[in-house]
Formats: sequence, C-alpha cells, structure tokens
Amino acid sequence: MTVKHLDLLVIGAGPAGIAAGLEAQRHGLDTLVLDENAYPGGQIYRSVSHSPLADPSVLGADYLRGRALVDDFERSSVAYWPQTLAWQISQDKRVSVTRQDAGGGTLQIAARAIVLAGGAQERPFPVPGWTLPGVMGVGAAQTLLKASAMVPQAPMVLAGCGPLLYLFAWQLIRAGVGIRAILDTAERGSSRAALGHVGGALRSPSYLVKGWQLLRAIRRAGVTHIKHVEALRILGEQQAEAIEYTVAGQVNRIETALVLLHQGVIPNTQITRSIGCDHVWDDAQLCWRPRLDSWGETSVPDIFVAGDGGGIAGALAAEPSGRLAALQAAHRIGKLDAATRDSNASPLRTELAKHNAIRPFLDTLYRPADGFRRPADDDTIVCRCEEVTAGAIRAMAKLGCVGPNQTKSFSRCGMGPCQGRFCGATVAELLADSQGKPVPEVGYYRIRPPIKPVTLGELAIAVPSPDGSVLPRAEFPK
Amino acid sequence: MQNDSLFKTLPRAANGTVRVFIDGMPYQVPRGLNVAAALLANGQLACRTTVVSGAERAPFCMMGVCFDCLVEIDGVPNRQGCMTLVQDGMRVRRMQGARSIA
Amino acid sequence: MQKNFDTTDYDAAVVGGGLVGMAIAFGLAKRGQKVIVCDGEDNSLRAARGNFGLVWVQGKGTKCTNYARWSLHSADTWQGFSDDLEARTGVSVGFERPGGFNIAMQPDELATKAAMMQGLFEAEPRLKYEVLDRNALAERLPAIGPDVAGAIYSPNDGHVNPLYTLRALFAAYEQAGGQYAPNARVSDITPSGGGFRLTMGDSTLNAARVVLAAGLGNQTLAPMVGLSAPVKPLRGQILVTERVQPFLAYPTIYVRQTVEGSVMVGDSAEDVGFDDSVTPDVLGDIARRAIAPFPILKDVRLVRAWGALRVMTPDGLPIYEESTAHPGAFLATCHSGVTLAAAHCETIAPWILGADRPTLLDSFYAKRFAV
Repeated sequence: MTVKHLDLLVIGAGPAGIAAGLEAQRHGLDTLVLDENAYPGGQIYRSVSHSPLADPSVLGADYLRGRALVDDFERSSVAYWPQTLAWQISQDKRVSVTRQDAGGGTLQIAARAIVLAGGAQERPFPVPGWTLPGVMGVGAAQTLLKASAMVPQAPMVLAGCGPLLYLFAWQLIRAGVGIRAILDTAERGSSRAALGHVGGALRSPSYLVKGWQLLRAIRRAGVTHIKHVEALRILGEQQAEAIEYTVAGQVNRIETALVLLHQGVIPNTQITRSIGCDHVWDDAQLCWRPRLDSWGETSVPDIFVAGDGGGIAGALAAEPSGRLAALQAAHRIGKLDAATRDSNASPLRTELAKHNAIRPFLDTLYRPADGFRRPADDDTIVCRCEEVTAGAIRAMAKLGCVGPNQTKSFSRCGMGPCQGRFCGATVAELLADSQGKPVPEVGYYRIRPPIKPVTLGELAIAVPSPDGSVLPRAEFPK
Repeated sequence: MQNDSLFKTLPRAANGTVRVFIDGMPYQVPRGLNVAAALLANGQLACRTTVVSGAERAPFCMMGVCFDCLVEIDGVPNRQGCMTLVQDGMRVRRMQGARSIA
Repeated sequence: MQKNFDTTDYDAAVVGGGLVGMAIAFGLAKRGQKVIVCDGEDNSLRAARGNFGLVWVQGKGTKCTNYARWSLHSADTWQGFSDDLEARTGVSVGFERPGGFNIAMQPDELATKAAMMQGLFEAEPRLKYEVLDRNALAERLPAIGPDVAGAIYSPNDGHVNPLYTLRALFAAYEQAGGQYAPNARVSDITPSGGGFRLTMGDSTLNAARVVLAAGLGNQTLAPMVGLSAPVKPLRGQILVTERVQPFLAYPTIYVRQTVEGSVMVGDSAEDVGFDDSVTPDVLGDIARRAIAPFPILKDVRLVRAWGALRVMTPDGLPIYEESTAHPGAFLATCHSGVTLAAAHCETIAPWILGADRPTLLDSFYAKRFAV
C-alpha cells in the first residue's frame, strides 16, 4: 500500500482546481491535482482542450476562453491524475483515492493542505414524470454537446430558468437545433425584485450585457418562450411523450420526446459534510455551502474550498478563488510569508468582488419557486434512487420525523448510490414546509464516506492491517 | 446512428470509431464518447431498470452525480456509464434490477 | 403527530424515542395507557440508527445464563410482535428466523466457539446448536469461500430490518393513541405529588409513571429519580452495500443480506467516547471480515458506512429497575435493542404496569454494580 506525501492536494480540475494547482506550483509547493474525469476543465470547460466538435465555436467565447487556462495547466509541470476518485478523507486528513486509468489501484494521500474544488451540481427539479427516460438536465444535454458533439435530434422543450438554460438555448440555436419551447419558471415579480440588486449588477456590466444578448438571440430566433410557468408534469408510459404546463391557472400541453430541466446549480457538499465542516444556509441562493473564511478555509484547519463548491459564483470567480486558497495554503505550510501572500491576494480579491457583485441580482432574478422546490403532487418522486415520493416524505413528517435523518431511516430516501445528492435538498424543503420552519432549522443528511460507492475489495486494501489480522475489539462483554 | 435516437451528432473533429457491444449487438461508436453518450447516440434510451420497481431509467445528469446511468461494463455491474470512456471491444449490458453476485 | 404536547397528566412518559423507548411505549399504549414519548433531535446520537438487525441468541449468556434466556424469550416472542405490527400498520419489518451462523475462519476458533456453545447448552437446554465443518456449511451457505473452517449454527437466531421496526413502532404507537414529542430533550425530572414532572426547555408535563429509555442520556437522568444507569458508549461501525440478487438465506454474525437485497457487514467494538464517525482502518477491517468468508463480496460496492454508539453497562447486561425511592420511575437499558424489542413490548411494559416481574430479570438490577 502506497502512501503519497504532498504539500497540497487539489481535488477537482475545473477552473478553481486548475488555478489552485498552478498558483501552488508558482510558490514551490509539491502539488497534485486529481479529478474523476479524463480531461481537465470540470463541467464548465468540459472537453475544451480535446473538443470532439469540428467547430467548437458553437459553444461561444466564454467556453473557448477556458482553453487557455486548460492549455496552461496541461503544459505546466503540475502533477495531474485524471480518472481518479477521492472517496474518503479521514480525521487526520488522509485521503483514500482509487485510480481508474491504466495503472489502477487504490492508495492513500497525506497532504499538508487540501483544496476541495468539486464544484456544483444541477439543483434537483422534482416534477411528476422527471424520472422518465427522455428527461435530463439542461447541463446534462450541454455536456453531451461539449464532450460528445451530440445535440437533440428534434425540437425539444427546455423547462426551468437560470443562466445555464438560456446559454444552452443560445448554443442550440447556433448549432441549428430547433427548440419547441422554453417553459420559463422564473416567478412573476422576480424581475422587479431583482431590480433591487441592480446596483451590484452594474458593477459587472459584462454579465448583464451577455445575459441580455442571450435573451435577445432567443427572441430573434422566434423561440416560443412561455413565462411564469407555475407547474409542470411530464407524461409518458415508458418514456417522455408530452409535458403539461400551467400558466395563470390554465393547463396546456406540448408533445415532446425530450424534456430538459434546469433550475440553477447548487454546491456539491458531500466531501465537506463527510469531514464534518460547518455549513451555512445561503438564503439568497437557497442552498447549503461550507462556512469559509476569506481565503476559502473551512472550519477544518488546512482544508479549503475553492470555486462553486463554496457557493455559486461562476467560472470567472473560480480562478481567483482557487488562487487565494493556494496562497493561504502555501502560507500555512510555511512556504510563503504573509506579506507576499497578501500582496498577491489583493488583486485577486478585487477580481473576485467584481464577479460576486452580480450574484444577488442573478440569485433573485432566477430564484427557484417554492412549488418547484417543494413538489405539491404526492406522486412526484423525490428520491430517484429509492423511488420515494413526496407523499411518502409527507407521511414521514406526519409520523413524527422532524429531520432528514429520521426520514431517511424510515423511508429509505437518501439510501441509494447517489447518497442524497438528488433528494437531500427536496426532503429538507418538504420537512421545513410541513413544520412551518425555515429550511436551515431542519438540517441535512449525515454524510459519511465513501463519497461514492467503492467495492469492498478496494476498501479492504485501502488501509491494510500490518499482519492481515482483524483489529482488536474493545471489551465487549457477553 | 439509429433513426430513433433522440440525439444526432454534429460534425466531429476526428473520425475514429471503436466497436462496442451493447447487449451483445455490435455498434461503431465515435472514439472519445462515454458509455452513456454512446447508448443515447444509438437509440438505446433506457439504460437500466431500477432495483425498486423495475422502472426504466436513462442517464440524467451526465456528470456522475445522479447514478441513473448504471450499466454493466466488461462484466462489472453498476458502473456509471457517463464516467467511462468507450474502448474497442467493450461489452456493455443494461442493468436489469439488482446485480447478481456470482 | 402533535406539534405541542398538552400539559394534562399522562399515565406514562417515556424518555427516549429509540428502539427501547418505542417498544415500551407501544407496549404501554396498546394496553390502554395515555403515553407521551419525549425524544431528542434529528441528529442526536441514536443507537437505534446503527443497528445491524440481528435477532440473536447464540453465544449470549456465557457470564449470565439468564441473559441467554431473556434473549431467547424475546426471540420466541418476535414473530407475534412482528405480526402485530404489520397487522396494525401495514409495515412489514422483514422478520425472518431461519437460524443463524457464527462463522469460524480457523479450526481452533471453531473449537473454542463449540466449547462455549456446549457450556451454554448444558446450562440451558433450549440453547440448541450444531457444529458444522466447511462441507456441511457449504450446503446451507453455497456462497461460503474455501478458507472457512466451519461455523456454529443455531435455530434460535434470526434477523429483521431495524429501521423499519422503529418506523412500524412509531406508526403502531401513534395509532394506539400515543403522543410523540420530538426536539423535546428532557433536562429535569422531579418527583411530584405521587407522579413526576418532566422539564423540556420551556415546557413541562406531568406523568404518573416515567420510563427512562434515553440510552446514554440515562446516565444523567437516572439519579433524578433515585436510579443508577452506569452506561458508557461503545462504538460500532457497519457497511451497507448495493442491492444484489439473493445469495445468503441466513444471517451470520458479521454478514447478512436484507430483504431488499443489500448486504450489511459489521462490526467493531471501539472505546472512543462520544465519537460516532467512521474510520478508514475499521472500515477496511470490516470489509476484510466480509471477504474472508464470502470472497464473492469482493467486487460488491459499498453504498454507505455508518457508526453508532452502543449503550454499554459495565458487564454488558441490561438493567430493568423500578426506583425504590420513587416508585413509578423505571429504567430500561440494553445494547441489543433489536433482539429485545419484543420482550420490551410484551414483558417489560406489562411489568411497568404492575404485572409480576419475571424472576429471570433478577439478574438485571443495577445494584449488581455496587461495590
């Protein structure tokens, strides 16, 4: 069994992780960046350096900008392990990883500091029928385009709201793919509410301009854009066949074999929860994120979060965020004095502030409506893995379950392989709703390693005992 | 590419393909695709039936967090198809409920 | 479920909503008592969430034959208990009693276990067992690997889904009129006017009887009513795998397959205070303990790992006691909340209500710890 010793381990090779790795190397840290995927770039810059597309410009300039960052990374001498899963971080910061590429194997990494840059995931969007084949996330469809050069064959329906949805609609238009309709779930009144934050938005006018350009292109392409959708239901026997949507109390229906859903992204907190980091509820973004100081350090010393995993701020914020974490990690392990650290940090903070300034505006404009976070229909599946419905969760609340952990133990929600990634948010919202409490008071699942399922064999060799015998049991009286 | 796929391919940068078996049938799949994408490209929408009710599922998130794209790859069950790149000669089988143990 | 409990008098207040508390509370409620359960928070330490699910008799009682008898009594009562829960609530808790195996990897280990079982059998002839060599074992457990020496089989053993058991108890208890108060950690119990006044935050309630079933929390509560609960935490970690097609029809001490198909693997016994986290070294050890007898488990994926704190008395045996200073206050503690659930419901609850105390419970007074 190998134990690899490092100064800095970076988990995740999206823009935050890449930036952290490059910065750490600049200051002489022995650094390793690892990622589950085959190429660097994370989700936002997926496959940017190995695009399968003959013409990647269909994805737009913002995507292509990532090429320079990834190229820098691939050309650098920063150690990088693709197709590597970090599945456990123990209390002494030892990280168990398994490599799936040629070479293979499981080993432990002992780093003096760790930067977690695992990013975000699409927010669960539980509507009746969302588990049918023919339904996927907008982000998923965008990944199919980026990584596999695939686009929908026929005009499809996009349902939800948020910058990613409009971006993808724009990309589809550029690729010559028809859109049957956008069913926009941004609430009536959200624009007016967002105006209250326009001051911050004006500090980052490029975001506003880009957003406006996307919406204008969608309008000009003549895409049916139905606003203020209050409810959705996807119909079909074995796969999606149609989608019903409600506007102003009226139910309408569109025949479609492909529905793409999106209502924003939320931080991926599995690792931070598994190591016991404190988390805070962000009421503007309606999500949990780890509690971080101004360098991105969590409540667990020497463990940092950079990028969207610490709160949604986008790809351009991820780079300075990663660099700040690396600077502080370098200082913590004695390879960078405070003055140099601070002078390096100063312009990064300015940059980060610029990108954070747009958030209150966007978060308000695209706030996911209550009805789409708390499915009204009891037959809506909430836990996809174990097929636990909203009705079952409500029944657990009636039985006396006040939190997600009791609810999980009684109903099996959260017990599947996704380990609560796609149901945790919804379960907490439903419990909060049934008790009339704010979501943060309800709590979240207790998350433990392994972060993703690993085999018993991999677990067995991760920490072998010196002589192969079982560990001694404490006195267990009979 | 089958006609009944929900997806089509845009012009690709390179033309290499590999041969992948899906439930025993051979397909030519563009090199660099992950297994979930390969299934979708070839009209194999549902990639598994669930362990709880036997309902059909297809890939949902394409980034390794939903675990709906579980398939058997080269004899190993319950692997995330979206996280595995196709290789020449790969044998993919759709998961029908719980895996067997032997 | 009531959001706010009323402050009228209850016949009984049960402190603790785990397997011990709920089994007793249901036993009281179905016998016509007006009961309230005062429970902690969603993320309180809960032994009830860390159970393996064995309804186990074999091997128990080497230091106290009455413990084996008590476990056997409960195991014999379990089928009726399970049937009653299912009839009332529709929840099937998956109880099966095909007998169970204690696998030995080495011949001397098998010999030691066999000698122990013989001693128990001689003290109590209902503790039946068989010693199986590898070939005989393979006939019953076809998945057993080549490196196993053999196993002890006993027909007295079985298993159940412990979480569904608790869920069914909740449902049955509430159907029988029981009230449940979560987020109601009891900070004080004061004997008052022949009954007891319980304080939970800003609220109080009164009950004629109080039952302490708060696990590790009993330590501080017991002295308030003239009882003693010398309990300490002992951590156990378990693994749960993805669902697999049925391959193991019997429970074994360390490996069992659930009705849903997932495989549970345990366990550990660690003296680490109030730390219920999982640790890589112990998880690795548990994984090895699964693969050694069942090599086919090597490529099965672990979906979750869990750690929980057993509630251990100095000798590991239960305490069932009524306060002599304050009659009407009861203490119930054990570390086998699953096995003993049936007895808690059908024997302890009636005793709390005034039925005769079975003589075999004489072994379970706290005074045995007095110096």
